[in-house]
Amino acid sequence: MFYRESGQFKTGYAADQAIFPILQDRWSMLVILVVGFVGVPLIIDDYWANAVFIPFLAYALAALGLNILTGYCGQLSLGTGGFLAVGAYSSYKLMTAFPGMDMILVLLGAGAVTAMVGLLFGLPSLRIKGFYLAVATLAAQFFLIWLFYKVPWFYNYNATGQISVPPREALGFLVTTQKADVVVRYLFILSVVTVFAIAAKNMVRGRIGRSWMAIRDMDIAAELIGIRPFSTKLSAFAVSSFFIGVAGALIFSVWLGAAESGETFGILESFLVLFMIIVGGLGSILGSFLGAGFIVLMPIGLKNVLVDWFGMTAVFAKHVEITLFGVLIIFFLIVEPHGLARLWQIIKEKLRLWPFPH
Amino acid sequence: MNVMAEPTITEDHRTIGGVQMEVQNITLRFGGVTAIRDTSFDIREGEIRAIIGPNGAGKTSMLNVINGFYHPQEGTITFKGEKRHDMRPHIAATQGIARTFQNVALFKGMTTLDNIMSGRSLKMKKNIFWQMLYEGPAKKEEIEHRKFVETIIDFLEIQHIRRTPVGKLPYGLQKRVELGRALAMEPELLLLDEPMAGMNVEEKEDMSRFIIDINEEFGTTIALIEHDMGVVMDLSDRVVVLDHGELIADGTPEDVQKNQDVIDAYLGVAHD
Repeated sequence: MFYRESGQFKTGYAADQAIFPILQDRWSMLVILVVGFVGVPLIIDDYWANAVFIPFLAYALAALGLNILTGYCGQLSLGTGGFLAVGAYSSYKLMTAFPGMDMILVLLGAGAVTAMVGLLFGLPSLRIKGFYLAVATLAAQFFLIWLFYKVPWFYNYNATGQISVPPREALGFLVTTQKADVVVRYLFILSVVTVFAIAAKNMVRGRIGRSWMAIRDMDIAAELIGIRPFSTKLSAFAVSSFFIGVAGALIFSVWLGAAESGETFGILESFLVLFMIIVGGLGSILGSFLGAGFIVLMPIGLKNVLVDWFGMTAVFAKHVEITLFGVLIIFFLIVEPHGLARLWQIIKEKLRLWPFPH
Repeated sequence: MNVMAEPTITEDHRTIGGVQMEVQNITLRFGGVTAIRDTSFDIREGEIRAIIGPNGAGKTSMLNVINGFYHPQEGTITFKGEKRHDMRPHIAATQGIARTFQNVALFKGMTTLDNIMSGRSLKMKKNIFWQMLYEGPAKKEEIEHRKFVETIIDFLEIQHIRRTPVGKLPYGLQKRVELGRALAMEPELLLLDEPMAGMNVEEKEDMSRFIIDINEEFGTTIALIEHDMGVVMDLSDRVVVLDHGELIADGTPEDVQKNQDVIDAYLGVAHD
């Protein structure tokens, strides 16, 4: 009823091709941004930032990256954990090698390094497809984790084998370590994720995004209209790895503050991000956020409900939580195999026609 | 062979130019199977050239050779006066050869508009950094190409399905969208692999009309494979007949219809 586009006329292709062609969408996006940038900082505290908002945003960025590769370009990857680690370790090396470097440059540098590594592991994608490519990326995951564990240069030869973040500033504001103001850390990560989300949306609605989807849907026909499979797949690997690298750097420097390759960026991490895009919606920017929200927030919500409302002990609740979590994922996949983003799409279509069924 | 190499005017006042593509002595083998044997023919600028033959005659293989999917063991292909070497399909695209498939090969997850826009990929030059920014040059380029794509959408009368994912469209419309994607490339040579397979009479008439209009209005050379003889005889200027990978006839529809080898290939011949 309130979600209708009647009376909204477009007079040019520019208006028709806008990110949010419908007025109601533009308003709701504005509200979300105002809440995100103004509302949340007013009420945020250490717990909400470290347990909810910062991990949600960092994982949303990683999911965005994987969605570009898997959802848009159709190349299944299980190496996300490894690429997150590349981002984290390269940001650590950059921060320690150039102490005066702005955090924004550190993030971009970490992204660039990860993009290079992603390109390298994307090379086999010309020859192998589907599950076989997944196995090849799995090799990347194990190799990279092993590399960061085995070569002490990556963690500056310290005794623990861990990397921990030094205090660094972005545009004059301290954003890393626990000494940084929680609001500043939150706003920093929110800004980075917003910029990257807009860039991703712009790419997927332009020529490059269409090329990725063409390769995903029918690579033979794509080649015939002049889309080169090799460079298109590699560009997806590079862009995706860039996003994931920045996400890894954020997870390490802004969220956790310390990391150890196998512990923090193991194979479980790869699957977690893959679940996010499957539950959220393959080939959808919104889906990356919904999926990250679901996977990050659901366990916290479940834990609170089970412990606080049902009075379970924490250990018992943990087990119930894992079980329920799995059940919920299966439930969502049965109800809507195309993910939460599609569910939202259906709701929007219904709203346009409400109260009529057709 | 090249008796008609000079430009000629057809009965319906279309100009047919010189030889655009020359296929010479092509032999294509898959292991022990010879799909095409020593076949030569030419395609002239602006004509509608039909390739016919019974099932398994090597028609689609021939298109795949022209496209660069298959690399023939022997023979050469000359396109626009340039002899081609082994090449990848995307190079054929840059040279101006577009193609539709026997089984629709659309990008199923994308809308009609995006499918046809993807046909413009080769003509869009703005790099990835401009595209991340979108505002500015990338947007300008996008709108410029959108305008061209809209003329194709108008031409094919598919305005109403602009935003529909093509996977949801009925077969006849999918074929039309695929034609639109090929047209978006502004090809010089358009290869159509059974554009009317599985269509009813009305849809066939529509498609025939589109093919004639493309040929007349845009001057595009068309090579088509088709099984409906009525359509072939009505549309085409010249017909190539293949059987068991060999060329058995080449000429105007009237000549081909009277050719004894063609009649034998289609109707069978008594063996004594």
